[in-house]
Amino acid sequence: MYNFDVERPSTIADAVKALGREEAQPMSGGQTLIPTLKARLAAPSVLVSLGGIDEMKGVCLDDAGRLCIGGATTHATVAAEAAAHYPALASLAARIGDPAVRNRGTIGGSLANNDPSACYPAGALGSGATIVTNTREIAADDYFQGMFDTALEEGEIVTEVKFPIPTAAHYEKILQPASRFPLVAAFVARTADGVRVAITGASNNGVFRWSEAEAALGANFAADALAGMSLDDTDMISDLHGTGAYRAHLCAVMTKRAVAAIA
Amino acid sequence: MPKDGGIGASSKRREDVRFLTGNGKYTDDINLRGQAYVHFLRSDIAHGILKSVDTSAAEGMPGVVKIFTGADFEAVGGMPCGWQVTDKHGQPMQEPGHPVLARGKVRHVGEPIAAVVAETLAEARDAAEAIVLDIEHLPAVVDMKEAVKDGAPKVHDDLTSNLCYDWGFVEENKGAVDEAFKNAAHVTTLELTNNRLVANPMEPRVAVGDYDRSGGDHTLYTTSQNPHVIRLLMGAFVLGIPEHKLRVVAPDVGGGFGTKIFHYQEEAFCTFAAKACNRPVKWTSTRSEAFISDAHGRDHVTKIELALDADNNFTALRTDTYANMGAYLSTFAPSVPTWLHGTLMAGNYKTPLIYVNVKAVFTNTVPVDAYRGAGRPEATYQLERLIDMAAHELGVDPIALRRQNFITEFPYATPVAVEYDTGDYIATMDKLEEMADIAGFAARRKASEAKGKLRGFGVNCYIEACGIAPSNLVGQLGARAGLYESATVRVNATGGLVVMTGSHSHGQGHETSFAQVVAEMIGIDENMIEIVHGDTARTPMGMGTYGSRSIAVGGSAMVRATEKIIAKAKKIASHLLEASEGDIELKDGAFSVAGTDKSVAWGEVTLAAYVPHNYPLEDIEPGLEETAFYDPSNFTYPSGAYACEVELDPETGQVTIERFSAADDFGNIINPMIVTGQVHGGLAQGIGQALLENCAYDSDGQLLSASYMDYAMPRAVDLPFYDVDHSCQTPCTHNPLGVKGCGEAGAIGSPPAVVNAVIDAMRSGGKDVKHIDMPVSPSRVWAAMNG
Repeated sequence: MYNFDVERPSTIADAVKALGREEAQPMSGGQTLIPTLKARLAAPSVLVSLGGIDEMKGVCLDDAGRLCIGGATTHATVAAEAAAHYPALASLAARIGDPAVRNRGTIGGSLANNDPSACYPAGALGSGATIVTNTREIAADDYFQGMFDTALEEGEIVTEVKFPIPTAAHYEKILQPASRFPLVAAFVARTADGVRVAITGASNNGVFRWSEAEAALGANFAADALAGMSLDDTDMISDLHGTGAYRAHLCAVMTKRAVAAIA
Repeated sequence: MPKDGGIGASSKRREDVRFLTGNGKYTDDINLRGQAYVHFLRSDIAHGILKSVDTSAAEGMPGVVKIFTGADFEAVGGMPCGWQVTDKHGQPMQEPGHPVLARGKVRHVGEPIAAVVAETLAEARDAAEAIVLDIEHLPAVVDMKEAVKDGAPKVHDDLTSNLCYDWGFVEENKGAVDEAFKNAAHVTTLELTNNRLVANPMEPRVAVGDYDRSGGDHTLYTTSQNPHVIRLLMGAFVLGIPEHKLRVVAPDVGGGFGTKIFHYQEEAFCTFAAKACNRPVKWTSTRSEAFISDAHGRDHVTKIELALDADNNFTALRTDTYANMGAYLSTFAPSVPTWLHGTLMAGNYKTPLIYVNVKAVFTNTVPVDAYRGAGRPEATYQLERLIDMAAHELGVDPIALRRQNFITEFPYATPVAVEYDTGDYIATMDKLEEMADIAGFAARRKASEAKGKLRGFGVNCYIEACGIAPSNLVGQLGARAGLYESATVRVNATGGLVVMTGSHSHGQGHETSFAQVVAEMIGIDENMIEIVHGDTARTPMGMGTYGSRSIAVGGSAMVRATEKIIAKAKKIASHLLEASEGDIELKDGAFSVAGTDKSVAWGEVTLAAYVPHNYPLEDIEPGLEETAFYDPSNFTYPSGAYACEVELDPETGQVTIERFSAADDFGNIINPMIVTGQVHGGLAQGIGQALLENCAYDSDGQLLSASYMDYAMPRAVDLPFYDVDHSCQTPCTHNPLGVKGCGEAGAIGSPPAVVNAVIDAMRSGGKDVKHIDMPVSPSRVWAAMNG
């Protein structure tokens, strides 16, 4: 690590102010950022911890029946407190990383980082969630813009995420053997407006919706509806753990299994 | 009825009390007054000309004590290699220089170029970033077969090629072997890779150098499996420090697995720098550094062929192996693919003719050396995969084919120069078949298939050579060291004992099992015995722990020293009892006169030895302390049979291990619980190699699996509940305990069983896959199933 100052604001307003300092870096759970700092791959001059902002923590239902999760809410809290309202999302949170990660890592941190193999982006995009920041609300469909890239502006903080609760949903993943991130995972949500399928871990462009699968499942919500369907592997991640072709294949397998788990 | 102490008892590991309560004393726990910290600036390119190392900007950085480069080490020696292999033409191997800090060229990612000693580690790192390197990039050579082609980039310009040696064994048999292949009824051929591994002990390497100006004494605290070997190599070959001025301490060590046998640059550096800076210098490896500086393991590419006659008897075996040495020769690297590999190619079978060829190759990668099993897993894997393939080709049962070709008479001299003293391969296979419930497999397969899964069963045998090793023999084979072991037994006046052993415990539980042996011999409580190891100032010259040698060689030395103690104690007892020495019996910690009720307790005898008021001073010296050095007359040959049952998901390629059975013959056993634990640990590493671990480089020599994000270590969830048995015991005939060693068996014996099972599962799904390389990852399985 290099030396840096730490600010620990207790309100969103103070956090925004602190992030106005030169080379300031927000930190939520720090599960990606701290290893990056330890490897000296980042050198912020100020680290602004979002962990002390109570207004960014907690799980509740709003008047529209949406599940609202504060940006600084840990995966463990979501796993416990969302279970009664949105079991598929709680299950996703319960299977992220290991207990240490789940007790430090947060939903806001995960969505702001937008790791192409992270779990939450699939949950947010698959649910059609709304990402709330200190300045605006962004639809998930507009929020994820590529690997480690989002619609967030410099200094903008994910303060809350609002999930419409689908009729049924399921998150199915296969683990990359070393990191235990998803090698590929599919979040399938069945809603009154149709079916949403979000895939993480597979694409060089990060999380994406598989629209052909959504259409097929909208017409016939059954694993068989996906028979013979496949994704183009051109933009799929290819690395030590699997070729693009293997990942493209897994997208279909994970989606089918998610559908089967719901149907 | 289980014993509650001594040989054969499952005594609880006494060292675990301190380990589990956070009271272990590891090298990183050692902090000396005035200590400075070193950070190594390492090459981030695999191959290049080191044109300049400009430290001028870094020199003035805050906290900098001194900055070292290769030029500072011109007056000292390079890192020595402890084993010289002679090639098939009778010529010595090519042996390149190996500097402490790079000089002239960099040859692998991770090679240390400069070292910054500073007041704090952060200051050392900051200053290292201010060092300006001018490196002219050269093409890297990573693939072994490419490396030996004409025109390949040369790792070492002063060598004739990247070929370290071309070894043939037994060269005189080659013609007869080739002839047998011409006359074979059937030949099975297999090409495979034994994947490169990173050892990853839980504790990374650490070195603390200290120098006492008053007497000119050096001390090195280091994470080593063999402190005396480090003292010898570093003192004699690198720094020119006589042994009486150099103490090496290896305190509690958190796992070695081979990679802490070797003498590393960081050890020499800290020892050297402590004197140059006149203060203690400490280095603690980060996990990232460990990936690019700890010696790696395995990395063989092999073509192996088996000739069989019309009755399916093995008639000849021929192998052609490329073994990666990496960029430099690590301490024992040349011995691994030769004498620890070629000599084991007979396995458990009476194949009359064997020829092994090994080409050791330099590449722009981290040096490769011994890793748990060292050469023997590579031999076992090839042979046991090949036999399975032969059985499949011939349409015979793989177990029956093995049984038909088992060696059944002992001692047995193999055609690859070793003599197995004892073994009973039929007994271990019988035991395995019972444990593995082969009869129930069909039903289990059916149950898996009902879930859309495939189920496979795989088996293999193994033989290993442990108890390393007869010094005169290894000397003929090129070892530049003896491989005896030592022990000093010091009896205190009040009857307690301190046993100072040259073996080193880094997880094996020696403090418990060694005490059990001595307790059994004297008939006293184990808790009266303290085992001391890991300090050249406290123990006699010993060769350390590797190759499953500690109980077989170190334990034997301890037995010999204890026998001397008992012999002397009997003399003292005979004096005290006024009886003839020949009539004195030692039982349950008391000396008695045969046929009488006269006796004297152990403690009375030991007290007499140190308070010799009533003592035969005219015949024997006072005191009770004896030393023995034990040089084994042969290797020991543990053996066994392993079975693995896997379930395979044909849609994803994921493999899970559902059952694993291990029937081992370790000869006599001192502590069954510790032996079981050693087998469990070995199995975890073998299964890790088979399913998960993959140390991979790209063609530029960059390590792709350089952290746990990409290097998959086995976790509890990846492993089954093992079924382990070691009731088949054919005691070793040539050491006093009849023991063979158990530390590496699990890692040696398990990979082929796993891969054989996966291939069986794929075949049951209608895909006739000939072979799949380790690690058998989901992507590889899927590719094989859909190829």
